[in-house]
Amino acid sequence: MATTLHEPPKADRDRAAQLASGAGGGWRSLAPPDGTLRTTSDPSPEPSRTGIWVGLSAIAMSFAAFTSALLVRQGSNDWQHFTLPRILYLNTVLLLASSVTLEVARRRVAAFMGGRAAELAVPLGWLYATLALGLFFVAGQYEAWLQLRSHGLYLPTNPSSSFFYVFTSVHALHVLGGLGGLVAVIPKLKRLILRRSTLDATSHYWHFMGILWLYLLFILWTKF
Amino acid sequence: MHQVSPHTTPHHGPPASFIRKHIFSLDHKVIGQQYYDLGLAAVIVGMVLSWLMRIHLVWPGWGIPGVQWLSSVGAPGGVITPEYYLQLMTMHGTLMVFFVLTNVPFAGFGNYFLPIQIGAEDMAFPRFNMMSFWVTLVGFLVLVAAFFVGDGPPLAGWTAYAPLSAMGKITGPGEGTGQTLWAVSIAIFCIGQLLGSLNFISTTLDLRTKGMTLMRMPLSTWAWFITSCIGLLAFAVLLPACILLILDRVAGTSFFVPGGLVVNDQLQPHSGGSPLLWQHLFWFFGHPEVYIAILPAAGIVSHILMNSYRRPLLSHKVVIYCMVAIGFLSYMVWGHHMFVSGMNPFSSLVFSFPTLVITIPATILTLIWIGSLYGSRLQITPASLFALGFVSMFVSGGVSGFFLAQPSLDVYLHATYFVVGHFHMVMGVAAIFGMFAGTYFWFPKMTGRMMNQSLGKLHFLLTFVGSYCIFMPFHYLGMAGNVRRYSSFVDDYMAPLMPVHKFITIAALCTGAVQLVFLYNLFHSRFWGKPAPANPWNGTSLEWSTPSPPPWDNFGGKHPVVYHDPYQYGVKSAAGADFVMQDAPEKIPGEGAEGKV
Amino acid sequence: MGKLFAVTLAVVALLSAVPVVLHSWTQPVDISTHGHLIDDQMADTMVEAGLAFLAAQILLGLLVWKFSGRGPDAKITSLPGGARGLVIAAFIFVGTEVLALGILGQKAWAQIYFAAPAANALPIQVQAGQFAFYFRYPGPDGTFGPTYPAKIDEGNQNFFGLDIDHDADSKDDIVTAEMAVPVNREVHLLLHAKDVGHSFYVRELRVQQDFVPGLDLSLHFTATKIGKYEIVCTQLCGLGHYNMKAYLEVMSQDDFEKWMKQEAAMQ
Repeated sequence: MATTLHEPPKADRDRAAQLASGAGGGWRSLAPPDGTLRTTSDPSPEPSRTGIWVGLSAIAMSFAAFTSALLVRQGSNDWQHFTLPRILYLNTVLLLASSVTLEVARRRVAAFMGGRAAELAVPLGWLYATLALGLFFVAGQYEAWLQLRSHGLYLPTNPSSSFFYVFTSVHALHVLGGLGGLVAVIPKLKRLILRRSTLDATSHYWHFMGILWLYLLFILWTKF
Repeated sequence: MHQVSPHTTPHHGPPASFIRKHIFSLDHKVIGQQYYDLGLAAVIVGMVLSWLMRIHLVWPGWGIPGVQWLSSVGAPGGVITPEYYLQLMTMHGTLMVFFVLTNVPFAGFGNYFLPIQIGAEDMAFPRFNMMSFWVTLVGFLVLVAAFFVGDGPPLAGWTAYAPLSAMGKITGPGEGTGQTLWAVSIAIFCIGQLLGSLNFISTTLDLRTKGMTLMRMPLSTWAWFITSCIGLLAFAVLLPACILLILDRVAGTSFFVPGGLVVNDQLQPHSGGSPLLWQHLFWFFGHPEVYIAILPAAGIVSHILMNSYRRPLLSHKVVIYCMVAIGFLSYMVWGHHMFVSGMNPFSSLVFSFPTLVITIPATILTLIWIGSLYGSRLQITPASLFALGFVSMFVSGGVSGFFLAQPSLDVYLHATYFVVGHFHMVMGVAAIFGMFAGTYFWFPKMTGRMMNQSLGKLHFLLTFVGSYCIFMPFHYLGMAGNVRRYSSFVDDYMAPLMPVHKFITIAALCTGAVQLVFLYNLFHSRFWGKPAPANPWNGTSLEWSTPSPPPWDNFGGKHPVVYHDPYQYGVKSAAGADFVMQDAPEKIPGEGAEGKV
Repeated sequence: MGKLFAVTLAVVALLSAVPVVLHSWTQPVDISTHGHLIDDQMADTMVEAGLAFLAAQILLGLLVWKFSGRGPDAKITSLPGGARGLVIAAFIFVGTEVLALGILGQKAWAQIYFAAPAANALPIQVQAGQFAFYFRYPGPDGTFGPTYPAKIDEGNQNFFGLDIDHDADSKDDIVTAEMAVPVNREVHLLLHAKDVGHSFYVRELRVQQDFVPGLDLSLHFTATKIGKYEIVCTQLCGLGHYNMKAYLEVMSQDDFEKWMKQEAAMQ
């Protein structure tokens, strides 16, 4: 297809210059409504930068509580070990891959913002890829549950299966929340009203889901 | 963590519609007011429940008129059955601890005043803030619904120990749907609190106005900030606990229920679970929770006392460090609720040490509150009276904690009225006094009208005496071995204690009646109180720089710049007053470049 | 009003102390070997806590009296020593108290929990269920027969779920609704919860121990005075919690043996 170099939105040129001058750690919004750069000149952090870490601490703490419940429960000698459904490993790859695609997307957005790239389609594409991989992860987790059920392992069957379902479903629920965040980010990017801090917070959350999953996988692998 | 220029603060315009203004409001002031009103409703219900309990204890055969409409099964002819007593008791505790003590001093006043006291336009995440209130309200409605289902609310106490709470309706009336609704309600409440803590922490760290360093924040803001940090981690543990409890109840899992249990001659299907696991999870939340209940009140009281003393407290840094220390230590003591629970007795000794050590920062706080009185110019207002009353109650309640912190004494005192006296003194009275103090202090700012000061002083005196009359005798009962959570006292040794119980019940009913003075004052002043100036108490902190009530964006589009800490009382201002406000550009004699005196 | 509050505060504080000083409601007679340790510690704590309570309340009242109602030109002064003095005082006084009580208090706790039961202690199994306590003595063979939860049948008075027909050890077990123990002989209890959490509390014995479903917990004591005492449940267990009790009878050795014969005959 023919490539047309679109003129970046008017604000971009100013922003590029402003970024080049080193002021501010990032951009506030892609095209501020009144056209001035008043809001972008402020280098102070947005509350969502702090907020996401606060939220992630709470989530981490809740999984710590579930973990300690697991450790105590294992003390009763009725734990039946079972083999983890292998699809879990594929799901892990999908989730980690989605973190990679998200990071690529972020860099493409930054490039667009810095005036170094002209197309929104590229970062959008990477975001869609992240979304798709995330959805496949959740679908894969569901498949893992189906596999367990086919082996007669339901929620109340044994403490090991109980904790398996609890861990994976609570994690999947949070992943769905992260997908919701991505779904909110995409139209904002399209309409050029996405704040950098929003994208950063969403990414931190998403990567945390990956790290959390690795931790859970480790627990499942060693304890189950 | 910088101080932020106002241009990055949120970002919602003035409310347009009635719904946006009063119902689904993004304004932290409206949300704070909504939390306060919810707390007020909850405390009235909780107090009425306590009257029913007290009446039943001393006049068990009396048909209390009206109760049969609440439950014809639980109170046929108004005579409360043993199970219904426990059900009322459970709801009393749950409502009071969660929907009053966590709501009002923290979510209520904190939401209203934290942004103003740091010079911000609103909280960091107004939509999450709105959501947190409505989520909390849903939790409240789910809880109250337990009164109207099946065989009523749960009877396992606000502590809901497993397996009593985990096996379903076979363990007793109310343990079916009622207990499940309870667990769901509390889980929902946790989410509301987590959203709230998220807001408080982010706002405090990121939205302070120019010149508002952390050390220049008022002590009430510090208390809200520390409380939100504690709450973030505590509620993040209660939520998983409630989820596991719900699963045990409805999904056939056995997290908390061991095998081999026989109820009504029927072997129960669970196996392998641990009742102690519930206790650990619950109290890991539960102990920090009681500090969540007291710290905001302590901060509010510190803030008010300084204003009432017309001089700074002896050291604010120390007050802040003490509050931080208490918050930190609060996570290390939960096992003191479980000394005789069957956990490893060595653990009991381990837990008793930080429990005893927490006395030290608590004592320092008390000494500073009392010591700063020396040489002060104490102004007597209802707010300052309740603040001083808080100090008295804090001492009383704290001193009984000293007994309970020792495992060997706890062997005798555990599960007696001594414990009930202890926690009612600190939570049921001291924290409530903090709420009263905050109400009398901030009512003019919130409504633009003054409360009736004489009625307020009368309310204080009667409530103060009444509270001692109610709760001091609990300790004597405990020393005599009077067991708690009994719907009647049928044991031989408890018969001589009945006169004490009668005294308590009468004191409770009278003190309850006195609260009508407060309610009348609250409602009457709302509409017909004298108009209030912006700074009726000559306060230094930023809430007194705005009109009463503040405009939608708190400072009318201007953003305050802060030059001093909020402790500039007893200094001569340029205008001849005895205080200098935080945003007054004048220099205070002896003030250094950083604004430190 | 300030002065009125100060007076009220002092009166309330002093009145609160009256019942304590008059020993109006105190702990009952101590019938255990370790009770005096608890009682002494209780008394020590009461003195320290009581003095701290009175001092704080009266000081607060005094200062409110002195420093309220001062005119607008009154000079603001500070407590000598300031915050630093208070912090040091708190650390020294409270710290010492805390350490003393914490360390000294271990003795009573250790005697209850860390000492193993004597080899010749009288073993008794206690089962707590909604809403009664039942006790089982091992009988002449000295061993307890096995229990089967599925066989529990309250209607037929098989409270422990024994299989008398097939288990020889169970045949001579003596199940009772009240607990009798010989005076001055150590008793070793094994606490078993049938359904939900309960607790074993005898005021005079200065013992309290929860029954935890799934855990069989051990408790031992020696009763030193003959008499009849109440065992009450102190862990919320359902609607009958208030009524869940049993009697503990401490008897002479002779009376105890007579009682055991009587109970055995009734099995």
